[in-house]
Amino acid sequence: MFLRYIVSRLLQTALVILGVVTISFFITNLVPADPARLIAGRLATAETVENIRSQLGLDRPLVEQYWRYLQRLFQGDLGRSYQQRTEVKTLLLSRLPATLQLSLGAIVFELLIGIPLGILAALEFGKFWDKAIMVLAFIGVSAPQFALGLILLYLFAYLWNMFPLGGYGSIHHLILPALTLGISGAGWYARMMRSSLLDVMNADYVRTGVAKGLGRSKVIFKHALRNAVLPVIAMIGLDIGLLMGGVVVVESVFAWPGIGQLAWQAIQIVDIPIIMGTVLLTAGFIVLGNLLADLLYPLADPRLRYG
Amino acid sequence: MTLIASTPSRPSTWRSLRRNPAAMFGLIVVLLVILIALFAPLLAPKNPAEQFFEGLTLEGSPLSPNQDFWLGTDLLGRDLLSRLIYGARISLLVGLIANGAALLIGTLLGSLAGYFGGALAKIIMRFTDIMMAFPALLLAIALSAILRPSLWIVAMVIALVNWVQVARVVYAQTLSLAESEFVTAANALGAGNGRIMFRHLFPHLLPTMLVYGTLGISTTVLLEATLSFLGVGVQPPTPSWGGIINESQSYFLTAPWLVFFPGSAILLTAVSFNLLGDGLREALDPKLRR
Amino acid sequence: MKKLIFAAFVALLSWAGAQEQGGSMVVTYKDDIATLDPAIGYDWQNWSIIKSMFDGLMDYEPGTTKLVPHLAESYSVSEDGKTYTFKLRSGVKFHNGREMTADDVKYSLERTLNPDTRSPGQGFFLVISGAQDFIDGNAGEVSGIKVLDAATVEITLDAPDASFLHRMAINFSYIVPKEAIEQFGEDFGRNPVGTGAFMLKDWQLGQQLTIERFPDYFETGLPYLDEISFQVGVEPTVALLRLQRGEVDILGDGIPPAQFVDIFNDEANQELIAYGPQLQTGYLTMNVTLAPFDNVKVRQAVNMAINKDRIVRIINGRATPANQVLPPLMPGYDDSYSGYAYDVEGAKALLAEAGFADGFATILYANNTDPNPRIAQSIQQDLAAIGISAELRTQAQSTVIEAGGTEGDEGAPMIWSGGMAWIADYPDPNNFYWPILGCAGAVPGGWNWAWYCNEDLEAKAAEADAMVQTDQEEARLALWKNIYGQIMADAPWVPIFNETRYTMHSARLGGDNNIFIDPIHIPVNYDHVFIK
Repeated sequence: MFLRYIVSRLLQTALVILGVVTISFFITNLVPADPARLIAGRLATAETVENIRSQLGLDRPLVEQYWRYLQRLFQGDLGRSYQQRTEVKTLLLSRLPATLQLSLGAIVFELLIGIPLGILAALEFGKFWDKAIMVLAFIGVSAPQFALGLILLYLFAYLWNMFPLGGYGSIHHLILPALTLGISGAGWYARMMRSSLLDVMNADYVRTGVAKGLGRSKVIFKHALRNAVLPVIAMIGLDIGLLMGGVVVVESVFAWPGIGQLAWQAIQIVDIPIIMGTVLLTAGFIVLGNLLADLLYPLADPRLRYG
Repeated sequence: MTLIASTPSRPSTWRSLRRNPAAMFGLIVVLLVILIALFAPLLAPKNPAEQFFEGLTLEGSPLSPNQDFWLGTDLLGRDLLSRLIYGARISLLVGLIANGAALLIGTLLGSLAGYFGGALAKIIMRFTDIMMAFPALLLAIALSAILRPSLWIVAMVIALVNWVQVARVVYAQTLSLAESEFVTAANALGAGNGRIMFRHLFPHLLPTMLVYGTLGISTTVLLEATLSFLGVGVQPPTPSWGGIINESQSYFLTAPWLVFFPGSAILLTAVSFNLLGDGLREALDPKLRR
Repeated sequence: MKKLIFAAFVALLSWAGAQEQGGSMVVTYKDDIATLDPAIGYDWQNWSIIKSMFDGLMDYEPGTTKLVPHLAESYSVSEDGKTYTFKLRSGVKFHNGREMTADDVKYSLERTLNPDTRSPGQGFFLVISGAQDFIDGNAGEVSGIKVLDAATVEITLDAPDASFLHRMAINFSYIVPKEAIEQFGEDFGRNPVGTGAFMLKDWQLGQQLTIERFPDYFETGLPYLDEISFQVGVEPTVALLRLQRGEVDILGDGIPPAQFVDIFNDEANQELIAYGPQLQTGYLTMNVTLAPFDNVKVRQAVNMAINKDRIVRIINGRATPANQVLPPLMPGYDDSYSGYAYDVEGAKALLAEAGFADGFATILYANNTDPNPRIAQSIQQDLAAIGISAELRTQAQSTVIEAGGTEGDEGAPMIWSGGMAWIADYPDPNNFYWPILGCAGAVPGGWNWAWYCNEDLEAKAAEADAMVQTDQEEARLALWKNIYGQIMADAPWVPIFNETRYTMHSARLGGDNNIFIDPIHIPVNYDHVFIK
């Protein structure tokens, strides 16, 4: 039962990835710029440009190019960068650690800020702190990351000299970009944690526990909290993907050498193999994250069954 | 978080909204931003496009807030306050167009999938899966690179990214509505599909559309600002809040006001639409009012 | 001017002679280093690093634009200017220990010409006899490159070309060892092997590149440094702070604009900042094939309408207003030419004369990275002042380049050139003509975005480039001055400014001022800096 579920989910995932590849392939190839011209340089003759086009296969019908890309993809070949000539795989692998580090850092902040605030809001349900926290959560969700990042840099790195002004390296470098990226997620986690805990507190066993005379806080901290946190934790899967897809801005503000920067620079010079590679990698993380969330969720809540 | 429809009675919605201070705050700010956008030419102290000679120091640095330029000047010597005021127009306009389009596409596809089910639903919902797996920002950047960036194009790009959420919510809701008694009854009475969808389904979807129409503007305002920040949004010299920060980025350490003020404008607008939308959701769905 | 540079050079040599070797330095860049393959690298990050790891037959005296033989010990030019004979230096070794021979020279040039290499520098060598046949696959080798013996190479050209020796000094002609190319294939750019002063030590992609002294380098006493580390992914502002803390020696991306005024005016930094002109012109093109820019009066009016002083102010004075195509540092620059003065009323009158008293609407393309959108907006305001309403399209550089090379109404009426990586390839006046103002570039996909093609000037340019002998140099430069003078009269461009280079280095770093603003090596000549 479980195995069949996993297999069917994996199949679905593969289909989704195929869809992403297809759409992004056609979109990137519609960009009105000729990569061959950018490679050929200023003195190139029309003939040279044509020659490069044919070497890269850009002169073939788009559908044929697409088919060839898929064939190579199935063999694990992402191609080589037009500009740098390096294998896209190598480039992605060199950038992945930075982006993963940033995403994980962001998740830590999301949980550290979001979960306690969510718990506090639920405990203070309907009172001042609940309302204040919910407004705060919306502020976090609504903050434009690029402005937030710049302002954090100005305050904490420039004025108060507490952190480096961007760049990659130590844990010190990680804090501001991860915080910037994590603040909006913290808002979502606070809301989720609040409603999850409220759900659990309304559940029979908690009410019974309280009715039996066990202290309210004891019931909450011993039983309710554990059950309420699990479904929230299961959302982390979803989150990884979302974060990976949204790092372009934060990476550019903090000069963070990750996947987002790689993609952004590649878009500037229509380096199609890199663009495809970054989209594919990010999409892969998103669907795997979704899969993880789907698999974790039922574990967190035994009432749900795989179906 | 789907809304199971009970046809809303307006007075009660309004009453519950009024009892929610956060939502009221949102409403007031939203109205204020709309007024600022509408009356921008009257409110702006200066021409937002004019690059004043005295708006830059002799060395070419922007001026900090002062008597002449209340919020200071940008890197071209233009009045920041006037640009922010006109920028409200761009944010709202893109917000309304983009979100309206997203709502339309999302509702249409979601309700078609939910009502007819079968292969159509499968195709549409698989497609939303693919869209969900797309790194939204990269998609938007690539699209703006292909199409010539104008206000309309930016709005359409955002709509293409944002309709998916709406479609999924509407789908789930239509699914439950389609099985509800009044639709079954209408069907039995021989009403056609079109009639059922328009007469019976859409009115029940309205509250959802209203909530998502409001919440979505917040996302849209943020995305527009982000695209402009990356230099692929609305074209200069059109004043866009995100664009102002993009142009000032290299100066943020010496001229932080050029980031702080537009950043606050974006934040305030986005928060307000969120608070209002959330208030509407609670007001329209009594179950959420715990 | 020349004397001054020479004196500086002599001073440098005597200073250099006393200089001891040793030490290491750190250079920072925001963007990654793409490749170190000399046939491929064409960014300002890798351009200068490649120059320190590879060598060409020709080079420049450090800190100047004066050509000198380098891997070649000497050379001679035939009467008709078509045949060059290079005598190679003996005992030059590659980093892998093998001695360089004339076969390597032939191999390297053919590699750059070979279509499979997809070198952006291929076009520089089409003038060699038999190059086209080789490219077309009709010949297995380039007939114009002959190995006479292990130390002699003879190169024959189809037509005399006065800039040919410059072409033998650009990176695309640098000598590479065949066996290393065959070993690494397309990954040669990550595993560079040359004859240069430095060789690769360690490369962590996206983070740090370290090069170390090549002990067998043929120029004795060079380089001074034992090791150079290039750290990438460093924001310019961070780099500046780290330089002030003594952790960084050279700011690869220059002084960040926002801090520029403070840093430059600070007495304490006087010793640390070297500045001087750069072989660069920022210009605005007008597509002469599109109405109303097909009218010379309109183009001249636009030339009078742009407030270049204000644009220079917008970029914090880090440039000087330009009045002609060539930058002042370039031979052939005309000191006596004063260009079009800024004159709004005059521009309006001229526009009215051309029949556009009420102005017209047009489109201005620009790259979308700072400060280019700002410069474009300033131009836009200036155009509006004489009634021309220009719609701005700020887009990725690839999109702008595509629009520039598109023929007809779909193409770009106006383009601001900034951010499209246009710094001269070599210090010769013809470098600004053939690709970006000549007829060959005014074709679909070309880089002559003004689509300016003047058959008369084309003949003169060819005539000028045929003057290859040393005693013809003055006449040649005079002819080029004349050509650029006529171009300015035709006004397909508005030259806006020439960038000034400001290089900031740490206090412990020594070297002549010219080394820090070497016109050929940007940001600095890595072989000639040292630790004090």
